[in-house]
Amino acid sequence: MTADIAAILAVDGIATGAIYVLIALGFVLIFAVTRVIFVPFGDIAAFTALTVAALELKQVPGTVGLVAALAVLATLVEVVSLLRARSPGRIPKALVFYLVLPLAAAGAVWLTAGHALPMALRIVLSLVLILPVAPLLDRIVYRPIADASVLLLLTVSMALHFALVGLGLLFFGPEGVRTETLTDATFEFGSVFVPGQTVMIVGAALLFSALLYLFFEFTLTGKALHATAINRTGARLMGIRPERAGTIAYLLGSLLAGVSGILIAPVNTIFYDSGFLIGLKAFVGAIIGGLVSFPVTALGSVLVGLLESFASFQSSAYKEVIVFSILIPVLLWRSYTTVHSEEDTEE
Amino acid sequence: MALLAIEDFSVSYGKAEAVRSVSVEVEKGRIATVIGPNGAGKTSLLNAAIGLLPASGRVIYDGEDISRLDVEQRVEMGFCLVPERRELFGEMSVEDNLRLGAYSHRRAHAQNKRSLDEIYDRFPRLMERRRQAAGTLSGGERQMLALGRALMARPKLLMLDEPSLGLAPLITREILATLPSLCENGVSILLVEQNARAALETADFGYVMETGDIVRSGPADALIHDPMLITTYLGGHG
Ligand SMILES: Nc1ncnc2c1ncn2[C@@H]1O[C@H](COP(=O)(O)OP(=O)(O)OP(=O)(O)O)[C@@H](O)[C@H]1O
Ligand SMILES: [Mg+2]
Repeated sequence: MTADIAAILAVDGIATGAIYVLIALGFVLIFAVTRVIFVPFGDIAAFTALTVAALELKQVPGTVGLVAALAVLATLVEVVSLLRARSPGRIPKALVFYLVLPLAAAGAVWLTAGHALPMALRIVLSLVLILPVAPLLDRIVYRPIADASVLLLLTVSMALHFALVGLGLLFFGPEGVRTETLTDATFEFGSVFVPGQTVMIVGAALLFSALLYLFFEFTLTGKALHATAINRTGARLMGIRPERAGTIAYLLGSLLAGVSGILIAPVNTIFYDSGFLIGLKAFVGAIIGGLVSFPVTALGSVLVGLLESFASFQSSAYKEVIVFSILIPVLLWRSYTTVHSEEDTEE
Repeated sequence: MALLAIEDFSVSYGKAEAVRSVSVEVEKGRIATVIGPNGAGKTSLLNAAIGLLPASGRVIYDGEDISRLDVEQRVEMGFCLVPERRELFGEMSVEDNLRLGAYSHRRAHAQNKRSLDEIYDRFPRLMERRRQAAGTLSGGERQMLALGRALMARPKLLMLDEPSLGLAPLITREILATLPSLCENGVSILLVEQNARAALETADFGYVMETGDIVRSGPADALIHDPMLITTYLGGHG
């Protein structure tokens, strides 16, 4: 391997890693606030890519039906639980949140899908449409079992992922898609040519990591999310609703996953079931960060990307094997170095 | 009319009943206290009153039955609890803990700033430590932070579960001594205390709780001279 090839592989690896960073930060975010390991983030990324692709072809994306179905289901679940709690006064607000807003997003895409839209608008519409998916799934699937153990929540996440892959096939069909490149520019760093797409991917990862940092450091909502993660009872006693914090976390995570899906679609062919591998590799990054540290997670994800890039040069058939093999030493290292804390630490 | 009336309240853990048909009232601008031995059910009573535990019976707050409301709604109405375990946000700074105390008024920026200054005036120690992580505070500083965080919510009714827990008697008195000044600012207080004498000296009205029942109640200065209480809770002599 010459230095030039190494540089190219490194650039490629960093770009792939940056994609994983976006999804992995979502994993950490959701886990911290809700204790759910939201396996379907990879699927959210893939579905976003499929949505953009459908809009490029002037077709109505399958996401429209998916969101509408989830909205109706979530609304039913919410209304029944409000009636059971005998607080019908909260139904109108719930209807706005679980029915009107998601259906408005779906309706907007449905009405505009047949027209030729500028690329920026296609991207915005796809993101707006994908945002409700995770919060709706949260309402339908996770909230009824919010007090369950982490292991049960993980099992449910796996089941949910397979359900989503099935729904993906139903709503998007089996064809793979590749979307238009976002930019044709190339940049030259020394002797290495870097495609503009790569620069955009890395830029987006940096931008969204910075935004996430600012959100947690400087906004009261960010601090409320963090507080919910540290101490649920304490947060409730301050009037912070854990469910609401969870919804915000799902929205933010979905935004990150959606952006990563948009960035990856021009360079990789995406199928309805592509989300799993992407999500799993991002998950390795999140595990390196112990599912708690945002900066270590970001570094870990870049490491996974680099490893994947160099591994595929050495032997592309074994690249997945090599990537997932590092999970074992990482897990061993983590289990030796982290102090196990009880879920509720005594004072 | 009482600001808070807990009526015919029962709390159970499975089959074990920790609180049995208890009724407790807090008058506006006054301090009521519930004293009693370990395991009497005092914490269960407060946790259920704020909605953290299911209970049967009614909670009337400011003339309104709030039994069906969830914890967050009660907090938004100015009904707050400093729980026995404090539930501070240990990894966050003292100042962030205090800021989050005002979460239920999060849009009233100017007023929250004023509340923060007031808390720092009341507890200068918290001001000195404002960048320190809450989890690294000393026991006494933690109690101050827990109380300060609750005051940031500008409560109308504040329930305190053993504010003196684990503190030296001198600091206990110091913390309890701040309570009457809160009442002057319009806060009514329901105080749970192990230190019966200090509690009765601070409070206007007292309840004695034993194994889930209220066994005695009356004006605090009458209870403090009650012969039965003197032998069991007040350490014999005055
Ligand atoms: N989560 C629980 N599960 C089962 N029993 C409980 C639980 N919490 C409390 N109890 C029991 O309920 C009874 C009342 O407990 P509680 O904490 O309310 O007492 P307390 O008056 O606050 O005591 P202390 O003065 O020691 O704080 C005790 O017998 C206790 O063992
Ligand atoms: Mg107690």
